Amino acid sequence: MRWGVLQFPGSCDERDALAACERGGGEARLVWHEERDLAGIDAVVVPGGFSYGDYLRAGAIARFSPAMEAVGEFAASGGPVLGICNGFQVLCEAGLLPGALLLNESMRFTCRQLDLIEGPSGRLPPLGGGQSTTRQLSIPAKHGEGRYYAPDEVLDALEANGQIAYRYAPGQNPNGSARDIAGVRNEAGNVVGLMPHPEHAVDPLTGSTDGLRVFEAVAAAGVAA
Amino acid sequence: MTVEVAKHRELGLTDSEFELIVEKLGREPNDVELAMFSLLWSEHCAYKHSRKLLRRLPTEGERVVMGPGENAGAVDIGNGHAIAFKVESHNHPSAVEPFQGAATGVGGILRDVFAIGARPIAILDSLRFGELDSVRSRHLLDGAVRGIGHYGNSIGVPNVGGEIYFEAPYEHNCLVNAMCLGIAKQADMVRAAAAGVGNVVVLMGASTGRDGIGGASVLASAELGEGDDAKRPTVQIGDPFEESKVLECCLELLEKGLLVSLQDLGAAGLTSSAGEMASAGGVGIDLDVARVPLREADMEPFEIMVSESQERMLAVVEPDKVAAVLAVCEKWQTGSAEIGVVTDSGQIRILRDGDLVGEMPVEALVDGCPLYDLEPAEPQGWMYGNRATLASDASSEETLLALLASPSIASKRWAFEQYDSVVGSRTVRRPEAADAAVLEIPEASNAIAVSIDGNGRRVACDPYNGTIEAVLECAQNLACVGAEPLGLTNCLNFGNPEKPAPAWQLDQAVSGLAEACEQLGVPVVGGNVSLYNEGPEGPIYPTPVVGMVGELPDPAKACGSAFLREGEAIALLGPFEPNLAGAELTKLRGELDAGLPRPDIAAVATACATIRDAVREGKLSSAHDISDGGLACALAESAIGYGIGCRVDLQPLRERGCSPEEALFGEGPGGFLLSGDRETLAALGATLIGETGGTTIELAAGDRSFTVGVGTAESAWLSLGTQLDSHA
Repeated sequence: MRWGVLQFPGSCDERDALAACERGGGEARLVWHEERDLAGIDAVVVPGGFSYGDYLRAGAIARFSPAMEAVGEFAASGGPVLGICNGFQVLCEAGLLPGALLLNESMRFTCRQLDLIEGPSGRLPPLGGGQSTTRQLSIPAKHGEGRYYAPDEVLDALEANGQIAYRYAPGQNPNGSARDIAGVRNEAGNVVGLMPHPEHAVDPLTGSTDGLRVFEAVAAAGVAA
Repeated sequence: MTVEVAKHRELGLTDSEFELIVEKLGREPNDVELAMFSLLWSEHCAYKHSRKLLRRLPTEGERVVMGPGENAGAVDIGNGHAIAFKVESHNHPSAVEPFQGAATGVGGILRDVFAIGARPIAILDSLRFGELDSVRSRHLLDGAVRGIGHYGNSIGVPNVGGEIYFEAPYEHNCLVNAMCLGIAKQADMVRAAAAGVGNVVVLMGASTGRDGIGGASVLASAELGEGDDAKRPTVQIGDPFEESKVLECCLELLEKGLLVSLQDLGAAGLTSSAGEMASAGGVGIDLDVARVPLREADMEPFEIMVSESQERMLAVVEPDKVAAVLAVCEKWQTGSAEIGVVTDSGQIRILRDGDLVGEMPVEALVDGCPLYDLEPAEPQGWMYGNRATLASDASSEETLLALLASPSIASKRWAFEQYDSVVGSRTVRRPEAADAAVLEIPEASNAIAVSIDGNGRRVACDPYNGTIEAVLECAQNLACVGAEPLGLTNCLNFGNPEKPAPAWQLDQAVSGLAEACEQLGVPVVGGNVSLYNEGPEGPIYPTPVVGMVGELPDPAKACGSAFLREGEAIALLGPFEPNLAGAELTKLRGELDAGLPRPDIAAVATACATIRDAVREGKLSSAHDISDGGLACALAESAIGYGIGCRVDLQPLRERGCSPEEALFGEGPGGFLLSGDRETLAALGATLIGETGGTTIELAAGDRSFTVGVGTAESAWLSLGTQLDSHA
């Protein structure tokens, strides 16, 4: 698995994402925001941070970068794409994922370890051979603009299509997201975005390894497509 | 005649300092020169009231890579790498405009660290405000916390720890001290000294505007008072996105070996960075202000020279490498301009389009400021106020809950959840998980621990002993995670040094700091002094803030502060002699008075070594330093972590001569609260006092015995956010 991790001016978590891809057994390289060539890359991570300072609106400038144009084509051809935090915002701004991320209900940046529930349509088999297709993942979230929003009819459709990739565990929604949604996928299933940071949950020493599961799920989605 | 005299006074220079400048120049300075002298001869830049005292501090040690005088200090962490670190104040800007003041405080300390070639890996902050029931304090707290979060989060450096105290003397003059740590390959590190006649001076980063004009002299080197709103234009505006680009750009330039030297532009802007680079290198510099990229076209030369616009760096570059340097700046979309040249004249010459507008000997400008002796006098008794908020006959349970809810002791989760503590993938012990933050250093196959401490109230009670306690608390925090201290940085926040009482506090505190560092064998590798911290009602509590960095071989072994398992033994270790002098309880009762007992530094050092070894060998389940609110609060904190109660008998402390109240709530250095296997703890020489388990905290202390639910204690301890809301 060869991962490409986009790097914008103002990205913060790109090196962490790179390390997480490698820890998951893959190869990874940074893709500078001015690059258009994704040749040889099997999966893309749009990482967290504050691309271009997130001035104007989170992700609003990054979506116009040459690298994002390439990611749009890559996604259209079925390539797996994972957007984390700012990357999720960029993917929504680019129209690759439905909905938008608004200012947290608290109006404050919040950093907290919390539990995510994997959506029922995840294509990975349940871990440990159990019957349940859902699993709880301990992953940190850290953002000021992470309140997932979409009109009710869109949310209904996302639920009906199995596009809710991750929800915050009951009582742990840190930002007021609609229906506790922490992450969604596109209709084809190959583009996934979430606000919490799986790349910061890949090492028992720093808290949890549950984030590896997110990278595996995205990689698997690409193979299936 | 009187108009001219007023000019230098307006800029903060005394008449005799002005006369000395005239003497050194052989003529009267013009406006450009006067503006530059007034900044470099300010307290903030020249340390004129503190430099002599600072000579007392030990600065040498085997692991010291860079000491005081550079942009940041650095210690050897092994495998060719160094940890750079420094703490700095941004008090007065934050008191005037807390969001931007605190944000640019973080921006400034980050630049200090990457200026020596280190990638910033952690931020800590030490904050002081007036009492929480004051509107001003809540406004300053909210703004400062948002500002710190805004800057640090946006630039992707984790905020891993800190402290916040609320005390009335900080009402008008809050303290915002920020500490940054970075990691560098020692081979890539760079000093700030300019060198090489004919080399080019390149200004990188943001353009220069009218923000922060006179910040160092007008704002940082004078007392706060009425009408400070008018000083708001002296506060700088931060842009973390620009800094993020400048940071990456500078690190790439250093990695490629393209720079001779590098310096950040902080207080006093171009004046100070060019002056200090020239002074350190023993050379001259010519600068042409017409080549400085400006935000406003009509800026005067003196404005360009003193502007404190943020996110700027000054580099010295060999002529044949200039093109490569400019290309890297272009890649990172950050500004760059060739604004000057290194000369052998020994002069700082300011040109505008080639016309000379100012010329001063570097020696006079940078090192010519007279250094003053203090005229200290010990104040009679307690010179600050007292306000009772807790009845002296409150029950033990009421007292514990009042202490846990006291904003200075209560959990700071409300604040630190607004900071990214995990970016960078190094944070092994996050805020509140352990007594010190722990960061992985894969580059050297080990880890570092860092703690920042300084209880101003206790220093106010006794500046000498209180400052020793601040150093000991840091050392104890490091011991709890198994770390051995490598070096220390400090920020000395004091009142007006020209007044006898603050002068005495400063003098005593520096002596205490020197004594503690000497005895613990911890070198001071850098620091900052912030004086004139006074409001209309007098000086702040004298507040030396100490940041200590240590090394541990295996971060997985770092102990947390919370009880881990039910049914384990609880024990005390160390020369802990709790008493109520300067204690939080004494404050709540409005009974503060001067004086603290003399700490036994050597005995605390021995206890630290015992704890450190035990943690490294995995012998303990938890280790927690006994600090604010005494043993009862330490026990509650350890119980709250994982919701595991305890049953404890304080008889052993009573046998040391403590009253039940002193045993419960008394404070003092040297105490460790441990949990683990009974026999292992006993073999360490610890005093067994109880065991973990259940859902209550049961404390037997003679006639003050009581039981309180862990949940009840937790609610009080987590009440900071609701206390803020209830006042809003």
